Amino acid sequence: MGLDTTKPLSTLHERASFEVADFEVPTGREEEWRFTPLRRLRGLHNGSADADGKIIIEAAPAPEVTVETVARDDARLGKAFVPADRVSAQAWASFTEATVVTVPKEVEASAPTVLRLRGEDASAAAYGHTTVILEPFARATVVLAHRGSATYADNVEFVVGDGAALSVISLQDWDDDSVHVSHQYARLGRDARFTSHNISLGGDLVRVSPSVAYDGPGGDAELYGVYFADGGQHLEHRLLVDHSVPNCRSRVDYRGALQDQDAHAVWIGDVIIRAEAEGTDTYELNRNLVLTDGTRVDSVPNLEILTGEVAGAGHASASGRLDDEHLFYLQARGIPFDQARRMVVRGFLGQLVERIEVADVRAKVEAAIEAELDR
Amino acid sequence: MATLEIRDLHVSVGDGGEGSKEILRGVNLTVKAGETHAIMGPNGSGKSTLAYAIAGHPKYTVTGGTVTLDGEDVLDMSVDERARAGLFLAMQYPVEVPGVSVSNFLRSAVTAVRGQAPKLREFSKEMKGAMDALSIDPAFAQRSLNEGFSGGEKKRHEILQLEMLKPKIAVLDETDSGLDVDALKVVSEGVNRFGAAGETGVLLITHYTRILRYVKPDFVHVFAGGKVVADGGPELAEELENEGYEKYVKAGASL
Repeated sequence: MGLDTTKPLSTLHERASFEVADFEVPTGREEEWRFTPLRRLRGLHNGSADADGKIIIEAAPAPEVTVETVARDDARLGKAFVPADRVSAQAWASFTEATVVTVPKEVEASAPTVLRLRGEDASAAAYGHTTVILEPFARATVVLAHRGSATYADNVEFVVGDGAALSVISLQDWDDDSVHVSHQYARLGRDARFTSHNISLGGDLVRVSPSVAYDGPGGDAELYGVYFADGGQHLEHRLLVDHSVPNCRSRVDYRGALQDQDAHAVWIGDVIIRAEAEGTDTYELNRNLVLTDGTRVDSVPNLEILTGEVAGAGHASASGRLDDEHLFYLQARGIPFDQARRMVVRGFLGQLVERIEVADVRAKVEAAIEAELDR
Repeated sequence: MATLEIRDLHVSVGDGGEGSKEILRGVNLTVKAGETHAIMGPNGSGKSTLAYAIAGHPKYTVTGGTVTLDGEDVLDMSVDERARAGLFLAMQYPVEVPGVSVSNFLRSAVTAVRGQAPKLREFSKEMKGAMDALSIDPAFAQRSLNEGFSGGEKKRHEILQLEMLKPKIAVLDETDSGLDVDALKVVSEGVNRFGAAGETGVLLITHYTRILRYVKPDFVHVFAGGKVVADGGPELAEELENEGYEKYVKAGASL
């Protein structure tokens, strides 16, 4: 069932444990760390970070939804996941309070529930934990909005009950000096639906690892991501979808744009289809648009299939410059070069942005993309 | 009266240096507003290169000659400046632009060419009218530009752009190829509607005489070996229909 503490899962996800000591301190040579500039993690990966930093959390829940701040020993925490790397285990070992969001059984939230997470000082590390629980047949949208200055590692659990539907938008809109390493673990019940949007725009280094595990057949996960890396920024997204039960579906579509010197985007997509997961339907896609010289993209799709009985399984990755033929076509209709370039970039990212159901978040993301294009 | 003048135009594919290949070898042509010219020629004769060189595609390098629109040096203009000056190229293979809707694209183009943004309501009405005239489903306005369009739908949208941008000179690059008879009629009606206004010169580049049953050219030019090898009226098209390009290809090859 999902991530397991004993048996190796796959080449990329060899162990999982709540104990920090079960993970070696990464050196940068490991497959899962080789793209991440460890010296910019400020000690989040080796235990040397000062842990007296703080993240201020403001909650604006929908009327039907409860948001609680709970102590470490709350029984609801840590049910949906086992940490998959050292930073995740460190965050689990180090947080002092957790936020629990609960949507009761069969309740349909009438508005999005927004958690605003703000950092005021990046000089010390903060650790966090958030658990979102949708009881069976509940429906809700949750927005996690990250901003300010922080050095922050956290785990986020999404427990989506049988027949429930959760849509999550996680906005990484940090100030330029922030470091954020986040694990988002989703666990889907029978016939559950999970939609995730990760929008990563700000921060010195952002490394988000969304994963999906299925507890029953009929689960459906759609994972979308939009990122815009500027000069010097490292934006990394590591997706894991673990198909361990039959007849579940997953879709992954991450798209990014990069501009200026040493903008670095990393996308790792891993889909595992285990022997017992017959009838799996999965597709993962990553596309990157390189707008200037000096940028770097690492995009690695992986598909590990252990059964022949799949409904569909595929992946694709493409990174390239703006297409001259697109620009020529728009310019040939009188549209000036700079505007043509914006239209193409906006269109490329916009196909994912328009899927965000919350109108003011969507507008905010659109405005942020415009601001990136103005730089 | 708008006039496009092409004088002794030489064009190579590539950057003009070593390894580039000369495709146009001294083209002379004058197109005036209100006239319809057909350029006919076999595959590989350089017809499409002429169209793209006029529009300013970066793949082609002009190595000699001049192109002027009402005396202004077209070759000195960027691609978008040429379009704003009144040149239009209907493409043989319009590209798909994901995430850019037809209506957003048209409005941006109209704004650029007219120099000011049209009022939204008037623009919507104008677009809907133009789409109706070309039997384009209004739902296309919200679709990504050319994405998943059939060949015929793409060509109709090229003519839609032509009608909305109202250029001085329109170059239609094999707009008829790949169309069934119904689509060909719709597209031809669009071209005729446009030509009838008398404000535009049309340069119709085609491999086949079929479209000339629906669009009547005033002048027909035969293109071979990278230049115009014969000029005439509609009767020249009939001769090509009956006898083919063979004698011109031979003449072109010997140049």
